[in-house]
Amino acid sequence: MKTLLSEPALLVPPEPINPLHCFQLDRRDFLKVFGGGLLVCLTGEQAWAQEAGRGFGGRQQVPADVSAWLHIAADGKVSVFTGKVEIGQNIRTSLAQQVAEELMLPFDAITMVMGDTDLVPYDAGTFGSQTTPQMGPRLRTMAATARQALLELAARQWSVDAATLTIADGKVSNPANKQSLSYGQLTRGEKLVATGSSSAPLIPPSAWKVAGTPVPKANGREFVTGSHKYPSDIALPGMMFGKVLRPTGFNATLDSLDTTAAEKMPGVKLVRDGDFIGVVAPDAYTAEQAITAIQAKWTVPAQPSNQNIFEYLKNNAESGRGGFGSQDARPQRAAAPVAPSAPSPDNAIQLAQQYTVQYIAHAPLEPRAAVAQWKDGKLTVWTGTQRPFGVRDELVSAFHLDPAQVRVIQPDMGSGYGGKHTGDAALEAARLAKAAGAPVKLVWTREEEFTWAYFRPAGRMELKGTVERDGTLVAWEHSNYNSGNAGLQTPYNVANPVTQYHASRPPLRQASYRALASTANHFARESFMDELAHSIGMDPLTFRRKNLTEPRLLAVLNAAVEKFGWAAAKSTPTRGFGIACGMEKGGHVATCAEVAIDAASKSVKIVRVVQAWESGAVVNPDGLRNQNVGAIVQGIGGGLFEAIQFAGGRILNPHFESYRVPRFTDAPQVEIVLLDRKDLPSAGAGEIGIVGIAPAVGNAIFAATGARLRDMPMAPTTPVSGITPSPLNS
Amino acid sequence: MSDFVLNVNGAKRRVSARADETLLSVLRNRLDLTGTKYGCGEGECGACTVLMDGQAVHSCQILVADAAGAKITTIEGLEQSGKLTPVQQAFLDVGAMQCGYCTAGMVMRATALLHELPNPSEAQIRTRMNGNICRCGTYPRIVDAVRQAAHSLAKGGAR
Repeated sequence: MKTLLSEPALLVPPEPINPLHCFQLDRRDFLKVFGGGLLVCLTGEQAWAQEAGRGFGGRQQVPADVSAWLHIAADGKVSVFTGKVEIGQNIRTSLAQQVAEELMLPFDAITMVMGDTDLVPYDAGTFGSQTTPQMGPRLRTMAATARQALLELAARQWSVDAATLTIADGKVSNPANKQSLSYGQLTRGEKLVATGSSSAPLIPPSAWKVAGTPVPKANGREFVTGSHKYPSDIALPGMMFGKVLRPTGFNATLDSLDTTAAEKMPGVKLVRDGDFIGVVAPDAYTAEQAITAIQAKWTVPAQPSNQNIFEYLKNNAESGRGGFGSQDARPQRAAAPVAPSAPSPDNAIQLAQQYTVQYIAHAPLEPRAAVAQWKDGKLTVWTGTQRPFGVRDELVSAFHLDPAQVRVIQPDMGSGYGGKHTGDAALEAARLAKAAGAPVKLVWTREEEFTWAYFRPAGRMELKGTVERDGTLVAWEHSNYNSGNAGLQTPYNVANPVTQYHASRPPLRQASYRALASTANHFARESFMDELAHSIGMDPLTFRRKNLTEPRLLAVLNAAVEKFGWAAAKSTPTRGFGIACGMEKGGHVATCAEVAIDAASKSVKIVRVVQAWESGAVVNPDGLRNQNVGAIVQGIGGGLFEAIQFAGGRILNPHFESYRVPRFTDAPQVEIVLLDRKDLPSAGAGEIGIVGIAPAVGNAIFAATGARLRDMPMAPTTPVSGITPSPLNS
Repeated sequence: MSDFVLNVNGAKRRVSARADETLLSVLRNRLDLTGTKYGCGEGECGACTVLMDGQAVHSCQILVADAAGAKITTIEGLEQSGKLTPVQQAFLDVGAMQCGYCTAGMVMRATALLHELPNPSEAQIRTRMNGNICRCGTYPRIVDAVRQAAHSLAKGGAR
């Protein structure tokens, strides 16, 4: 009986997912794609019949057959199939390295086929730093199983014991007769059927030759020559261009509509389907003119704004409801919650503080885009999404189709940062294409992306803690309203910590963001730890070390402060030094920041950052450094100046001119220290590198100025209403 | 619709477009030169940067009528006979990208910058490149790539 692998619970994304039907894998498509190549079937049963969508019971399960995951062609080239998508985090490279390693092939022999729902096994999506810890080992296992099967096949051809054979450089060799057979020669002309084995020995990281090395980005040349086709670059013969009419605010109702002028334009077709109003035109210019020519009047109801957002979120909070960032969003507390005991003022200090984070935008440089084509009873959509199968299911549901009738293709896209989980543009393009009777391309404008995508949730964090004068932490409470429970648990030693997440009724469309609520909760916790340290006159590093025994977190903390020169870093009114650390999803991070304060202009500039990182065995040190630097730079935005300004159901700053994102002059000198733990499983690294920068900077600002900034963004260019005005700009 | 003749990457390209259509729209949607990216359409992100008579411009802010007659170079026009320019090569060697969506605009901006300032300081690179957004935050590496390209050009690499 074939086994099925269940998707780990962690893979449930924050948005609700429609019930998954099943993975459809059509063998004919493989053969079309790969011509004379062979499918390496390593199960003892007929894999294809079982993968045709039967028997999965609607659960999120994926095939265990090697053949679903990798294919060795007659020329020895290996194709690897995964539903994970490349969005700049460099997994096209790092996953190929791991397969190359297990198959003992050079990196270039591996081609990754990613995010095409007709070609790859089901996958819940690319989020939660799960590619490296989940997909990595899965593909390694499949490749190692294939390696064993190739050895056994060669052994049969030579009538020898497989254990006497060697395997390297794409060939199996027989030392006894000095003969060798390439992988392609071994699979050619026959259907390789072997029993898969999950006990196939994996090559340990200590012996890695391809994995663990700084292999450059796969297909890097295509990006410096402009030849890579992103979702918004896809073009089809006879393709038309679409635009969608947007209301003037959220939750608006349409009062009147006049489409006369638009419909008079040459080649323009109006599409109306309930609340959905769009146009298609022969060219992009005309589509823009047509949508602008539509006269619509809307009524937008009164809605919350920045001014009252935190009051609103707290007033609308429910205790213990499921929410962002984890399947289990129940309050985390000790079996018998213990209220912080009232300390004697002589030997302990009790503090309570609130911290806030604003709604911020992912603002991926490539906005949402899709090209949809209805042809021969099948809908095919090229789009930028982190959840190709999720988008497929949205399309299935919206158009009442069978999953086999929908194919979603995800070309490597202009990033997402957690912001492209939904299929908005795909649905819109598909609806327009159905009406147009032609393929339709739809690319959101920057303003649409800033308004109609979703946001990183705003949140309010309330912390209480008690510390004895010798630095011992004796009580801890941390509540989060609305933004999520990721990163809510404290890594510090304290008896009976109470942490609680309160879901609320968000006034804006909100969902995932890089590291989810970890950024907000780390900002609150690491700032509060700093406040506790200062309350007893203790060095913030000493205070952390005193209450920390988690060895991996201590290791990055020690590595960061050593590289940074913490011992010699004495803050002055114009120069501040701060520290923060944290861990989640197998990533361990410590961040030291140096800030310069200009009293005359009341401005803060981040001068230097040292970040130490450890996430088990390093798969690609170059990619890992790149992710850490990128996370720090992105974290500077939310930390210092990014905020969505909204009122009356409208986004007030839906442009890069008014929504400031980090630029060249904002990026400090950054040094990354990687700790490579070859003895530990590799964890994901795309997210958690972002959590340390904001509190480290806030703590550095305090060290220099004595001003404790408890609201993110801490030094906005444009003041944000509803929070204490910051004494600093940036 | 009017007919325009654009000089793009050394070739004369005849195209029918509206006179007030942007150069970006014409390049991407009518000439299939999709290496030049749409990021904002407002001249705020630099993803659409191309060279017009050697100057870096936001192609989303240039009307096609105003581009006719100028010598336009897009990212597709840099590589010659399979050889990357020193700027392209430096971006590749340094790994100065993550998702790569900003890369074309960055390369074009850096190409113009090094033409004007062959040996820029780090501060000059940051200031001159500041109109180009990399949302993935690879700025430090991009600065390194521009410096490396400057060194390469100084040693006689083709511009």
